[in-house]
Amino acid sequence: MLNYIWFGMMFISVVVGIFTGNIDAVTEAAINMAKVAVEISIGLIGIMALWLGIMKIAEASGLIRIIARGLKPITVRLFPDVPADHPAIGSIVLNMAANLLGLGNAATPLGLKAMEELQELNPKKDTATNAMVMFLAINTSSVQLIVPATVVALMGATASQIFLTTILATTASTITAIIIVKILEKTKRFSVENAS
Amino acid sequence: MIESIVGSLNAGAKYIIPLLLVGIPFYAITVKKVKVYEVFVEGAKDGFTIAVRIIPYLVAILVAVGMFRASGALDLLLNFLAPVLNFIGFPPENLPLALMRPLSGSGSLGLLTDLVNEYGADSLYAKIGATMFGSSETTFYVLAVYFGSVGVTRSRHALVAGLTADAVGALAAVFFCKLLLG
Repeated sequence: MLNYIWFGMMFISVVVGIFTGNIDAVTEAAINMAKVAVEISIGLIGIMALWLGIMKIAEASGLIRIIARGLKPITVRLFPDVPADHPAIGSIVLNMAANLLGLGNAATPLGLKAMEELQELNPKKDTATNAMVMFLAINTSSVQLIVPATVVALMGATASQIFLTTILATTASTITAIIIVKILEKTKRFSVENAS
Repeated sequence: MIESIVGSLNAGAKYIIPLLLVGIPFYAITVKKVKVYEVFVEGAKDGFTIAVRIIPYLVAILVAVGMFRASGALDLLLNFLAPVLNFIGFPPENLPLALMRPLSGSGSLGLLTDLVNEYGADSLYAKIGATMFGSSETTFYVLAVYFGSVGVTRSRHALVAGLTADAVGALAAVFFCKLLLG
């Protein structure tokens, strides 16, 4: 998909550039932007390191585990098919906690562990269960308390202004995700029998 | 009333980062006796690898976006879409990021970087973009990796639900940024 979008953008640019007479500007933009990309990445190193270092301390001090315990009453309602004491719940909660704190690197390994444990409960191994879809919908709608390190690095001092808007927008998308999943999982079109 | 609540929340927000920088190590060192310095350095090492790892993606996306804008193609597309976007109050400048966000994390980071470069971190476009970036995930990538890791090929309603949530998230980002920061 990204292959087509990326190539399409450049292809259209060259075609439009020829017709509008902007082709010199297109060439200049390509060369200039390649340079800018590297300058930006190098500039990010220090701030990324600061943020990731602090998050590592949160992990090591067990702060993530504390949040995990706090979220347990919610997970029981979201995943009714999964026994409350099943290890999958622990991994799901830890993954969400890592996401809440913007710990993308920690979240992925925990999420994959959760999927493995959910798969143990799955009677039809090639088809997603309700719990898996709910888990991924919440995951992709990105419940997040902390603005990602990359955004903080990019926005600088302005980053503090978007804490509130990010939390509100992510809450809207997560609630939507939960409602949509709960509605669609009952429809015939998306049932386990008709799965595609 | 609402203004003052928002004002005090925004005023409070500037303390969040300093409090985290001090609060997390404080808890770790006093309650858990974590060797905060060594743990910090260990975590910070990833900063270099991640920043360097995104260079090829940034080059790819920024070059394509730069060409697209310089050629005048972006203006054509936005003129074409403007009536619809205006009708719902969605800034055309934020459309590319909203469309890219579910497809590629590095790609949308490139577009956000572009918004900050072009309009400044202080602009409403950059704030909406950053909110969109922070409030959503790369849906296609997550579904592929997570389902792929356990061999699930029939994903049922996962993609529909994920993309609907992304669309609502993008609209909510515009709505809340205009309401609170505009």
